[in-house]
Amino acid sequence: MWKWLHSYADPERAYKLSSTLLPWFATLAIAFIGIGTIWGLGFAPTDYQQGDSYRIIFIHVPAASMSMAAYMGMATCSFIGLVWQIKSADWAAASIAPIGAVITFIALVTGATWGKPMWGTWWVWDARLTSELVLLFLYLGVISLYASFEDKVLAARAAGILAIVGVINIPIIKYSVDWWSSLHQPSTIRITEKSTMSTDMLYPLLINIFGFGLMIAAITLVRFRSEILARNGMRPWVRELAKAEGVK
Amino acid sequence: MQFDSISEFFNMGGYAFYVWLAYGVTFFSLGTLVVMSVRQKRKVLVEIAKKIQREERLKETRSTK
Amino acid sequence: MKKGISYTQAFGTLLKRDLQIAVRHRGDIFNPLLFFVLVVTLFPLGIGPEPQVLTRVAPGIIWVAALLASMLSLERLFKADYVDGSLEQMLLSPQPLPLMVLAKVLAHWILTGVPLILVAPLLAVLLHLDTNSYGALIATLALGTPVLSLLGAIGVALTVGLRKGGVLLSLLILPLYIPVLIFATSAIDAAGMNLPYDGQLAIIGAMLIGSLTLAPFAIGASLRVSTN
Repeated sequence: MWKWLHSYADPERAYKLSSTLLPWFATLAIAFIGIGTIWGLGFAPTDYQQGDSYRIIFIHVPAASMSMAAYMGMATCSFIGLVWQIKSADWAAASIAPIGAVITFIALVTGATWGKPMWGTWWVWDARLTSELVLLFLYLGVISLYASFEDKVLAARAAGILAIVGVINIPIIKYSVDWWSSLHQPSTIRITEKSTMSTDMLYPLLINIFGFGLMIAAITLVRFRSEILARNGMRPWVRELAKAEGVK
Repeated sequence: MQFDSISEFFNMGGYAFYVWLAYGVTFFSLGTLVVMSVRQKRKVLVEIAKKIQREERLKETRSTK
Repeated sequence: MKKGISYTQAFGTLLKRDLQIAVRHRGDIFNPLLFFVLVVTLFPLGIGPEPQVLTRVAPGIIWVAALLASMLSLERLFKADYVDGSLEQMLLSPQPLPLMVLAKVLAHWILTGVPLILVAPLLAVLLHLDTNSYGALIATLALGTPVLSLLGAIGVALTVGLRKGGVLLSLLILPLYIPVLIFATSAIDAAGMNLPYDGQLAIIGAMLIGSLTLAPFAIGASLRVSTN
Protein backbone atom coordinates (compact mmCIF):
# COMPACT_ATOMS: atom_id res chain seq x y z
CA MET A 1 0.00 0.00 0.00
CA TRP A 2 2.76 2.42 0.94
CA LYS A 3 5.29 0.97 -1.47
CA TRP A 4 5.08 3.95 -3.80
CA LEU A 5 6.35 6.16 -0.99
CA HIS A 6 9.56 4.19 -0.65
CA SER A 7 10.99 5.46 -3.89
CA TYR A 8 11.09 8.93 -2.32
CA ALA A 9 13.57 7.67 0.25
CA ASP A 10 16.09 7.95 -2.55
CA PRO A 11 17.90 11.25 -1.87
CA GLU A 12 17.87 12.43 -5.46
CA ARG A 13 14.13 11.91 -5.89
CA ALA A 14 13.45 13.48 -2.51
CA TYR A 15 15.56 16.47 -3.52
CA LYS A 16 13.75 16.86 -6.83
CA LEU A 17 10.34 16.44 -5.24
CA SER A 18 11.06 19.08 -2.62
CA SER A 19 12.40 21.40 -5.31
CA THR A 20 9.13 21.14 -7.23
CA LEU A 21 7.02 21.51 -4.10
CA LEU A 22 8.94 24.42 -2.62
CA PRO A 23 7.65 27.26 -4.86
CA TRP A 24 4.06 26.19 -4.25
CA PHE A 25 4.43 26.08 -0.51
CA ALA A 26 6.42 29.32 -0.41
CA THR A 27 3.94 31.25 -2.55
CA LEU A 28 0.92 29.94 -0.67
CA ALA A 29 2.56 30.62 2.69
CA ILE A 30 3.41 34.21 1.77
CA ALA A 31 -0.10 34.72 0.38
CA PHE A 32 -1.86 33.28 3.40
CA ILE A 33 0.27 35.02 6.00
CA GLY A 34 0.07 38.26 4.04
CA ILE A 35 -3.70 38.17 3.78
CA GLY A 36 -4.19 36.97 7.34
CA THR A 37 -1.86 39.54 8.86
CA ILE A 38 -3.19 42.51 6.88
CA TRP A 39 -6.76 41.47 7.56
CA GLY A 40 -6.00 40.93 11.22
CA LEU A 41 -4.05 44.16 11.69
CA GLY A 42 -6.12 46.48 9.58
CA PHE A 43 -9.60 45.14 9.01
CA ALA A 44 -10.61 42.91 11.90
CA PRO A 45 -12.86 44.77 14.36
CA THR A 46 -11.42 46.12 17.59
CA ASP A 47 -12.05 43.92 20.61
CA TYR A 48 -14.38 45.65 23.03
CA GLN A 49 -12.46 44.40 26.09
CA GLN A 50 -8.83 44.39 25.03
CA GLY A 51 -8.84 47.16 22.47
CA ASP A 52 -6.34 46.81 19.69
CA SER A 53 -3.77 44.90 21.74
CA TYR A 54 -5.65 41.71 20.97
CA ARG A 55 -4.31 41.92 17.41
CA ILE A 56 -1.24 40.07 18.65
CA ILE A 57 -3.48 37.00 18.63
CA PHE A 58 -3.09 36.73 14.85
CA ILE A 59 0.53 35.68 15.23
CA HIS A 60 0.58 34.41 18.79
CA VAL A 61 -2.00 31.66 18.40
CA PRO A 62 -0.65 30.36 15.08
CA ALA A 63 2.88 30.27 16.50
CA ALA A 64 1.78 28.55 19.71
CA SER A 65 -0.32 25.91 17.99
CA MET A 66 2.27 25.26 15.31
CA SER A 67 5.10 24.93 17.85
CA MET A 68 3.46 21.77 19.21
CA ALA A 69 2.56 20.52 15.74
CA ALA A 70 6.12 20.99 14.53
CA TYR A 71 7.41 18.97 17.48
CA MET A 72 5.00 16.16 16.68
CA GLY A 73 6.11 16.30 13.06
CA MET A 74 9.76 16.17 14.04
CA ALA A 75 9.19 13.25 16.40
CA THR A 76 7.21 11.37 13.75
CA CYS A 77 10.08 11.82 11.29
CA SER A 78 12.59 10.65 13.91
CA PHE A 79 10.44 7.62 14.65
CA ILE A 80 10.26 6.68 10.97
CA GLY A 81 13.99 7.22 10.70
CA LEU A 82 14.74 5.07 13.74
CA VAL A 83 12.36 2.20 12.99
CA TRP A 84 12.59 1.85 9.22
CA GLN A 85 16.10 3.30 8.92
CA ILE A 86 14.98 5.78 6.29
CA LYS A 87 17.64 8.45 6.22
CA SER A 88 15.48 11.04 4.49
CA ALA A 89 13.20 11.01 7.53
CA ASP A 90 16.19 11.71 9.78
CA TRP A 91 17.17 14.66 7.62
CA ALA A 92 13.63 15.97 7.69
CA ALA A 93 13.62 15.78 11.48
CA ALA A 94 16.92 17.64 11.61
CA SER A 95 15.50 20.33 9.35
CA ILE A 96 12.35 20.84 11.41
CA ALA A 97 14.09 21.27 14.78
CA PRO A 98 15.50 24.82 14.33
CA ILE A 99 12.25 26.00 12.74
CA GLY A 100 10.26 24.67 15.65
CA ALA A 101 12.58 26.39 18.09
CA VAL A 102 12.14 29.74 16.33
CA ILE A 103 8.35 29.31 16.24
CA THR A 104 8.31 28.47 19.94
CA PHE A 105 10.44 31.51 20.64
CA ILE A 106 7.98 33.66 18.69
CA ALA A 107 5.07 32.22 20.64
CA LEU A 108 6.86 33.11 23.90
CA VAL A 109 7.79 36.65 22.87
CA THR A 110 4.36 37.48 21.47
CA GLY A 111 2.80 36.00 24.58
CA ALA A 112 4.95 38.29 26.71
CA THR A 113 4.14 41.40 24.67
CA TRP A 114 0.47 40.55 24.91
CA GLY A 115 0.72 39.84 28.61
CA LYS A 116 2.30 43.21 29.44
CA PRO A 117 -0.66 45.41 28.41
CA MET A 118 -3.30 42.87 29.49
CA TRP A 119 -1.95 41.42 32.71
CA GLY A 120 0.50 44.19 33.54
CA THR A 121 3.56 41.94 33.48
CA TRP A 122 5.81 40.51 30.82
CA TRP A 123 5.88 37.06 32.30
CA VAL A 124 3.61 35.05 34.53
CA TRP A 125 4.17 31.45 35.51
CA ASP A 126 1.03 30.54 33.70
CA ALA A 127 0.59 26.94 32.67
CA ARG A 128 0.66 27.60 28.96
CA LEU A 129 3.64 29.92 29.08
CA THR A 130 5.59 27.55 31.27
CA SER A 131 4.96 24.51 29.10
CA GLU A 132 5.86 26.54 26.04
CA LEU A 133 9.15 27.44 27.72
CA VAL A 134 9.80 23.78 28.46
CA LEU A 135 9.04 22.96 24.83
CA LEU A 136 11.69 25.48 23.79
CA PHE A 137 14.21 23.73 26.04
CA LEU A 138 13.32 20.38 24.48
CA TYR A 139 13.86 21.80 21.00
CA LEU A 140 17.20 23.30 22.02
CA GLY A 141 18.23 19.96 23.51
CA VAL A 142 17.47 18.15 20.26
CA ILE A 143 19.30 20.78 18.21
CA SER A 144 22.42 20.81 20.33
CA LEU A 145 22.52 17.03 20.57
CA TYR A 146 22.32 16.81 16.79
CA ALA A 147 25.03 19.43 16.45
CA SER A 148 27.46 17.81 18.87
CA PHE A 149 27.90 14.53 17.00
CA GLU A 150 30.47 14.53 14.21
CA ASP A 151 28.87 11.56 12.49
CA LYS A 152 25.49 12.82 11.37
CA VAL A 153 23.97 9.34 11.04
CA LEU A 154 24.60 8.79 14.75
CA ALA A 155 23.56 12.36 15.50
CA ALA A 156 20.19 11.81 13.86
CA ARG A 157 19.64 8.61 15.80
CA ALA A 158 20.58 10.18 19.12
CA ALA A 159 18.46 13.26 18.49
CA GLY A 160 15.64 10.99 17.36
CA ILE A 161 15.68 9.01 20.59
CA LEU A 162 15.60 12.27 22.54
CA ALA A 163 12.72 13.61 20.44
CA ILE A 164 10.69 10.46 21.06
CA VAL A 165 11.44 10.53 24.80
CA GLY A 166 10.30 14.15 24.66
CA VAL A 167 7.03 13.20 23.00
CA ILE A 168 6.24 10.76 25.78
CA ASN A 169 7.09 13.45 28.29
CA ILE A 170 5.28 16.39 26.72
CA PRO A 171 1.79 15.31 27.88
CA ILE A 172 3.16 14.54 31.34
CA ILE A 173 4.94 17.89 31.54
CA LYS A 174 1.90 19.68 30.18
CA TYR A 175 -0.39 18.00 32.66
CA SER A 176 1.91 18.57 35.60
CA VAL A 177 2.41 22.23 34.73
CA ASP A 178 -1.34 22.72 34.33
CA TRP A 179 -1.92 21.12 37.68
CA TRP A 180 0.90 23.05 39.29
CA SER A 181 -0.33 26.43 38.10
CA SER A 182 -3.91 25.72 39.11
CA LEU A 183 -2.49 24.99 42.54
CA HIS A 184 -0.34 28.10 42.78
CA GLN A 185 -2.51 30.62 40.99
CA PRO A 186 -6.03 31.22 42.23
CA SER A 187 -7.15 32.04 38.68
CA THR A 188 -6.59 35.76 38.83
CA ILE A 189 -5.23 35.87 35.34
CA ARG A 190 -6.84 34.45 32.30
CA ILE A 191 -6.83 35.43 28.70
CA THR A 192 -10.41 36.41 28.02
CA GLU A 193 -11.10 33.94 25.32
CA LYS A 194 -14.66 34.13 24.27
CA SER A 195 -15.92 30.80 23.07
CA THR A 196 -17.82 32.52 20.32
CA MET A 197 -15.32 34.61 18.47
CA SER A 198 -16.82 36.83 15.84
CA THR A 199 -16.15 35.54 12.36
CA ASP A 200 -14.39 38.76 11.38
CA MET A 201 -11.73 37.89 13.94
CA LEU A 202 -11.84 34.15 13.40
CA TYR A 203 -11.20 34.09 9.65
CA PRO A 204 -7.90 36.00 9.66
CA LEU A 205 -6.81 33.87 12.61
CA LEU A 206 -7.56 30.62 10.78
CA ILE A 207 -5.90 31.94 7.64
CA ASN A 208 -2.79 32.77 9.64
CA ILE A 209 -2.74 29.40 11.39
CA PHE A 210 -2.91 27.72 8.00
CA GLY A 211 -0.31 30.11 6.65
CA PHE A 212 2.09 29.37 9.50
CA GLY A 213 1.72 25.67 8.78
CA LEU A 214 2.51 26.24 5.11
CA MET A 215 5.45 28.44 6.03
CA ILE A 216 6.91 25.80 8.33
CA ALA A 217 6.53 23.29 5.51
CA ALA A 218 8.24 25.65 3.06
CA ILE A 219 11.21 26.40 5.34
CA THR A 220 11.46 22.70 6.15
CA LEU A 221 11.74 21.98 2.43
CA VAL A 222 14.49 24.58 2.07
CA ARG A 223 16.48 23.13 4.95
CA PHE A 224 15.69 19.57 3.91
CA ARG A 225 17.22 20.20 0.49
CA SER A 226 20.49 21.52 1.90
CA GLU A 227 20.52 18.68 4.43
CA ILE A 228 20.22 16.17 1.57
CA LEU A 229 23.07 17.87 -0.27
CA ALA A 230 25.28 18.01 2.81
CA ARG A 231 24.79 14.32 3.62
CA ASN A 232 25.24 13.10 0.06
CA GLY A 233 28.32 15.08 -0.90
CA MET A 234 29.99 12.05 -2.47
CA ARG A 235 27.18 11.18 -4.88
CA PRO A 236 27.66 12.02 -8.56
CA TRP A 237 24.48 14.06 -8.92
CA VAL A 238 25.38 16.26 -5.95
CA ARG A 239 28.89 16.73 -7.31
CA GLU A 240 27.46 17.78 -10.65
CA LEU A 241 25.26 20.28 -8.88
CA ALA A 242 28.18 21.58 -6.84
CA LYS A 243 30.31 21.99 -9.95
CA ALA A 244 27.51 23.91 -11.62
CA GLU A 245 26.44 26.12 -8.72
CA GLY A 246 29.03 25.93 -5.99
CA VAL A 247 32.04 27.47 -7.74
CA LYS A 248 32.39 31.14 -6.97
CA MET B 1 -10.42 49.33 7.01
CA GLN B 2 -10.99 49.37 10.73
CA PHE B 3 -8.91 52.48 11.30
CA ASP B 4 -9.77 55.97 10.11
CA SER B 5 -6.27 57.12 9.24
CA ILE B 6 -2.77 55.77 8.82
CA SER B 7 -1.52 57.42 12.00
CA GLU B 8 -4.34 55.78 13.91
CA PHE B 9 -3.38 52.46 12.38
CA PHE B 10 0.16 52.86 13.63
CA ASN B 11 -1.07 53.97 17.02
CA MET B 12 -3.07 50.72 17.46
CA GLY B 13 -5.44 52.26 19.95
CA GLY B 14 -2.59 53.12 22.30
CA TYR B 15 -1.02 49.69 22.22
CA ALA B 16 1.40 50.56 19.41
CA PHE B 17 4.53 49.54 21.28
CA TYR B 18 3.30 46.07 22.22
CA VAL B 19 1.61 45.21 18.95
CA TRP B 20 4.47 46.40 16.78
CA LEU B 21 7.03 44.84 19.07
CA ALA B 22 5.29 41.48 18.75
CA TYR B 23 4.95 41.73 14.99
CA GLY B 24 8.45 43.11 14.64
CA VAL B 25 10.09 40.33 16.61
CA THR B 26 8.03 37.71 14.76
CA PHE B 27 8.85 38.86 11.27
CA PHE B 28 12.45 39.67 12.14
CA SER B 29 13.12 36.21 13.54
CA LEU B 30 11.22 34.50 10.71
CA GLY B 31 13.15 36.55 8.19
CA THR B 32 16.46 35.63 9.81
CA LEU B 33 15.46 31.98 9.78
CA VAL B 34 14.48 32.08 6.11
CA VAL B 35 17.64 33.92 5.06
CA MET B 36 19.85 31.52 6.99
CA SER B 37 18.01 28.48 5.61
CA VAL B 38 18.31 29.73 2.04
CA ARG B 39 21.99 30.55 2.42
CA GLN B 40 22.67 27.14 3.91
CA LYS B 41 22.23 25.43 0.54
CA ARG B 42 24.76 27.66 -1.19
CA LYS B 43 27.23 27.14 1.66
CA VAL B 44 26.91 23.38 1.37
CA LEU B 45 27.39 23.46 -2.40
CA VAL B 46 30.45 25.72 -2.13
CA GLU B 47 31.95 23.36 0.42
CA ILE B 48 31.39 20.34 -1.79
CA ALA B 49 32.82 22.19 -4.79
CA LYS B 50 35.94 23.09 -2.78
CA LYS B 51 36.32 19.46 -1.78
CA ILE B 52 36.09 18.37 -5.40
CA GLN B 53 38.71 20.92 -6.42
CA ARG B 54 41.02 19.71 -3.67
CA GLU B 55 40.59 16.13 -4.81
CA GLU B 56 41.33 17.09 -8.40
CA ARG B 57 44.47 18.98 -7.43
CA LEU B 58 45.59 15.97 -5.42
CA LYS B 59 45.04 13.73 -8.42
CA GLU B 60 47.03 16.08 -10.67
CA THR B 61 50.02 16.23 -8.38
CA ARG B 62 49.99 12.47 -8.09
CA SER B 63 49.82 11.88 -11.81
CA THR B 64 52.61 14.33 -12.61
CA LYS B 65 54.95 12.65 -10.16
CA MET C 1 31.38 -20.30 28.07
CA LYS C 2 29.81 -23.70 28.45
CA LYS C 3 26.47 -22.67 29.68
CA GLY C 4 24.68 -19.32 29.50
CA ILE C 5 23.95 -17.64 32.80
CA SER C 6 20.41 -16.79 33.80
CA TYR C 7 19.01 -13.28 33.72
CA THR C 8 18.99 -13.07 37.50
CA GLN C 9 22.62 -14.07 37.63
CA ALA C 10 23.59 -11.54 35.02
CA PHE C 11 21.67 -8.82 36.82
CA GLY C 12 23.21 -9.74 40.16
CA THR C 13 26.74 -9.94 38.79
CA LEU C 14 26.56 -6.55 37.14
CA LEU C 15 24.98 -4.95 40.21
CA LYS C 16 27.67 -6.40 42.46
CA ARG C 17 30.43 -5.33 40.12
CA ASP C 18 29.22 -1.75 39.96
CA LEU C 19 28.80 -1.54 43.72
CA GLN C 20 32.27 -2.95 44.27
CA ILE C 21 33.85 -0.48 41.89
CA ALA C 22 32.09 2.39 43.62
CA VAL C 23 33.14 1.23 47.07
CA ARG C 24 36.73 1.32 45.87
CA HIS C 25 36.32 4.88 44.62
CA ARG C 26 34.57 6.38 47.60
CA GLY C 27 34.86 9.92 46.31
CA ASP C 28 32.29 9.13 43.66
CA ILE C 29 29.70 8.49 46.33
CA PHE C 30 30.61 11.31 48.66
CA ASN C 31 31.18 14.17 46.24
CA PRO C 32 27.60 14.41 44.95
CA LEU C 33 26.39 14.10 48.51
CA LEU C 34 28.70 16.87 49.60
CA PHE C 35 27.49 18.96 46.68
CA PHE C 36 23.89 18.38 47.80
CA VAL C 37 24.66 19.53 51.35
CA LEU C 38 26.64 22.55 50.15
CA VAL C 39 23.96 23.76 47.76
CA VAL C 40 21.36 23.52 50.49
CA THR C 41 23.54 25.47 52.94
CA LEU C 42 24.05 28.21 50.37
CA PHE C 43 20.36 29.01 50.20
CA PRO C 44 19.88 30.35 53.75
CA LEU C 45 22.99 32.48 53.22
CA GLY C 46 21.46 33.81 50.03
CA ILE C 47 17.89 34.48 51.09
CA GLY C 48 18.26 35.18 54.79
CA PRO C 49 17.88 33.08 57.92
CA GLU C 50 14.22 33.84 58.81
CA PRO C 51 12.64 30.51 59.76
CA GLN C 52 9.28 31.34 58.17
CA VAL C 53 10.85 32.04 54.80
CA LEU C 54 13.01 28.93 55.00
CA THR C 55 10.06 26.75 55.96
CA ARG C 56 8.20 28.03 52.95
CA VAL C 57 10.98 27.35 50.45
CA ALA C 58 12.57 24.28 52.06
CA PRO C 59 10.83 21.61 49.90
CA GLY C 60 11.81 23.41 46.73
CA ILE C 61 15.41 23.91 47.81
CA ILE C 62 15.90 20.32 48.88
CA TRP C 63 14.38 18.97 45.70
CA VAL C 64 16.21 21.30 43.35
CA ALA C 65 19.47 20.45 45.11
CA ALA C 66 18.60 16.76 44.79
CA LEU C 67 17.99 17.18 41.05
CA LEU C 68 21.33 18.90 40.59
CA ALA C 69 23.20 16.39 42.73
CA SER C 70 21.72 13.44 40.89
CA MET C 71 22.60 15.07 37.57
CA LEU C 72 26.15 15.69 38.72
CA SER C 73 26.61 12.08 39.76
CA LEU C 74 25.07 10.69 36.58
CA GLU C 75 28.15 11.48 34.53
CA ARG C 76 30.05 8.57 35.98
CA LEU C 77 27.25 6.08 35.24
CA PHE C 78 28.64 4.92 31.90
CA LYS C 79 31.77 7.03 31.44
CA ALA C 80 34.39 4.76 33.01
CA ASP C 81 32.91 1.69 31.36
CA TYR C 82 32.85 3.48 28.06
CA VAL C 83 36.47 4.57 28.34
CA ASP C 84 37.87 1.16 29.30
CA GLY C 85 35.69 -0.70 26.81
CA SER C 86 33.67 -2.81 29.21
CA LEU C 87 30.52 -1.08 28.02
CA GLU C 88 31.07 -2.53 24.57
CA GLN C 89 31.58 -5.95 26.07
CA MET C 90 28.27 -5.51 27.82
CA LEU C 91 26.55 -4.60 24.57
CA LEU C 92 28.01 -7.66 22.87
CA SER C 93 26.98 -10.08 25.60
CA PRO C 94 24.00 -12.38 24.97
CA GLN C 95 22.03 -11.00 27.91
CA PRO C 96 19.31 -8.46 27.01
CA LEU C 97 20.65 -4.94 27.15
CA PRO C 98 17.70 -3.34 29.00
CA LEU C 99 18.26 -5.78 31.85
CA MET C 100 21.94 -4.94 32.15
CA VAL C 101 21.17 -1.25 31.95
CA LEU C 102 18.61 -1.62 34.70
CA ALA C 103 21.24 -3.26 36.91
CA LYS C 104 23.62 -0.38 36.31
CA VAL C 105 20.96 2.23 37.04
CA LEU C 106 19.92 0.40 40.19
CA ALA C 107 23.52 0.35 41.36
CA HIS C 108 23.79 4.03 40.62
CA TRP C 109 20.63 4.77 42.57
CA ILE C 110 21.82 2.74 45.58
CA LEU C 111 25.07 4.70 45.56
CA THR C 112 23.68 8.20 45.06
CA GLY C 113 19.94 8.16 45.67
CA VAL C 114 19.91 6.31 48.95
CA PRO C 115 22.57 8.49 50.66
CA LEU C 116 20.57 11.50 49.49
CA ILE C 117 17.46 10.15 51.18
CA LEU C 118 19.43 9.50 54.37
CA VAL C 119 20.90 13.00 54.52
CA ALA C 120 17.72 14.82 53.53
CA PRO C 121 16.08 14.82 57.02
CA LEU C 122 19.20 16.43 58.46
CA LEU C 123 19.03 19.21 55.91
CA ALA C 124 15.31 19.55 56.53
CA VAL C 125 16.14 20.33 60.15
CA LEU C 126 18.56 23.03 59.03
CA LEU C 127 15.89 24.55 56.83
CA HIS C 128 13.16 24.43 59.51
CA LEU C 129 10.93 22.18 57.46
CA ASP C 130 7.49 21.59 58.95
CA THR C 131 7.57 18.59 61.25
CA ASN C 132 4.55 17.15 59.43
CA SER C 133 6.45 17.14 56.16
CA TYR C 134 9.27 14.75 57.08
CA GLY C 135 7.36 11.67 56.05
CA ALA C 136 6.38 13.23 52.75
CA LEU C 137 9.97 14.35 52.13
CA ILE C 138 11.35 10.84 52.62
CA ALA C 139 8.52 9.26 50.63
CA THR C 140 8.87 11.60 47.65
CA LEU C 141 12.64 11.22 47.63
CA ALA C 142 12.34 7.44 47.85
CA LEU C 143 9.92 7.32 44.92
CA GLY C 144 11.34 10.24 42.98
CA THR C 145 15.11 9.72 42.95
CA PRO C 146 14.87 6.40 41.03
CA VAL C 147 12.87 8.27 38.38
CA LEU C 148 15.66 10.85 38.24
CA SER C 149 18.27 8.13 37.83
CA LEU C 150 16.30 6.38 35.09
CA LEU C 151 15.50 9.51 33.08
CA GLY C 152 18.98 10.89 33.59
CA ALA C 153 20.52 7.65 32.38
CA ILE C 154 18.88 8.24 28.99
CA GLY C 155 20.64 11.59 28.73
CA VAL C 156 23.95 10.14 29.89
CA ALA C 157 23.67 7.26 27.45
CA LEU C 158 23.13 9.75 24.63
CA THR C 159 26.10 11.93 25.57
CA VAL C 160 28.60 9.35 26.82
CA GLY C 161 30.52 9.31 23.55
CA LEU C 162 30.86 13.09 23.43
CA ARG C 163 33.76 15.01 24.84
CA LYS C 164 31.79 18.00 26.11
CA GLY C 165 28.77 16.12 27.34
CA GLY C 166 28.41 17.78 30.75
CA VAL C 167 26.61 20.99 29.88
CA LEU C 168 24.60 19.29 27.16
CA LEU C 169 23.43 16.71 29.68
CA SER C 170 21.73 19.35 31.82
CA LEU C 171 19.93 20.76 28.78
CA LEU C 172 18.71 17.31 27.82
CA ILE C 173 17.44 16.00 31.12
CA LEU C 174 16.45 18.92 33.33
CA PRO C 175 13.25 19.57 31.29
CA LEU C 176 12.35 15.91 31.76
CA TYR C 177 12.75 16.27 35.53
CA ILE C 178 10.09 18.97 35.81
CA PRO C 179 7.07 16.71 36.53
CA VAL C 180 8.89 14.93 39.34
CA LEU C 181 9.90 18.24 40.88
CA ILE C 182 6.37 19.63 40.67
CA PHE C 183 4.64 16.67 42.26
CA ALA C 184 7.30 16.04 44.88
CA THR C 185 7.37 19.60 46.20
CA SER C 186 3.60 19.88 46.16
CA ALA C 187 3.31 16.64 48.13
CA ILE C 188 5.68 18.06 50.75
CA ASP C 189 3.77 21.34 50.79
CA ALA C 190 0.48 19.50 51.22
CA ALA C 191 1.90 17.47 54.05
CA GLY C 192 3.08 20.68 55.72
CA MET C 193 -0.51 21.94 55.71
CA ASN C 194 -1.81 18.64 57.10
CA LEU C 195 -3.52 17.84 53.82
CA PRO C 196 -3.52 14.37 52.27
CA TYR C 197 -0.68 13.92 49.81
CA ASP C 198 -1.18 10.32 48.70
CA GLY C 199 -2.46 11.54 45.32
CA GLN C 200 0.86 13.20 44.47
CA LEU C 201 2.73 10.17 45.76
CA ALA C 202 0.60 7.94 43.55
CA ILE C 203 1.49 10.05 40.52
CA ILE C 204 5.21 9.92 41.33
CA GLY C 205 4.80 6.18 41.78
CA ALA C 206 3.15 5.98 38.37
CA MET C 207 6.05 7.90 36.87
CA LEU C 208 8.43 5.47 38.55
CA ILE C 209 6.63 2.46 37.08
CA GLY C 210 6.42 4.11 33.68
CA SER C 211 10.08 5.04 33.54
CA LEU C 212 11.08 1.67 34.99
CA THR C 213 9.43 -0.12 32.08
CA LEU C 214 10.23 2.29 29.24
CA ALA C 215 13.52 3.95 30.14
CA PRO C 216 15.73 0.81 29.98
CA PHE C 217 14.82 0.37 26.32
CA ALA C 218 15.56 4.01 25.56
CA ILE C 219 18.85 3.78 27.48
CA GLY C 220 19.79 0.62 25.60
CA ALA C 221 19.04 2.19 22.23
CA SER C 222 21.00 5.31 23.18
CA LEU C 223 24.00 3.25 24.26
CA ARG C 224 23.99 1.46 20.94
CA VAL C 225 24.08 4.84 19.21
CA SER C 226 26.84 6.20 21.42
CA THR C 227 29.18 3.22 21.14
CA ASN C 228 28.80 2.91 17.40
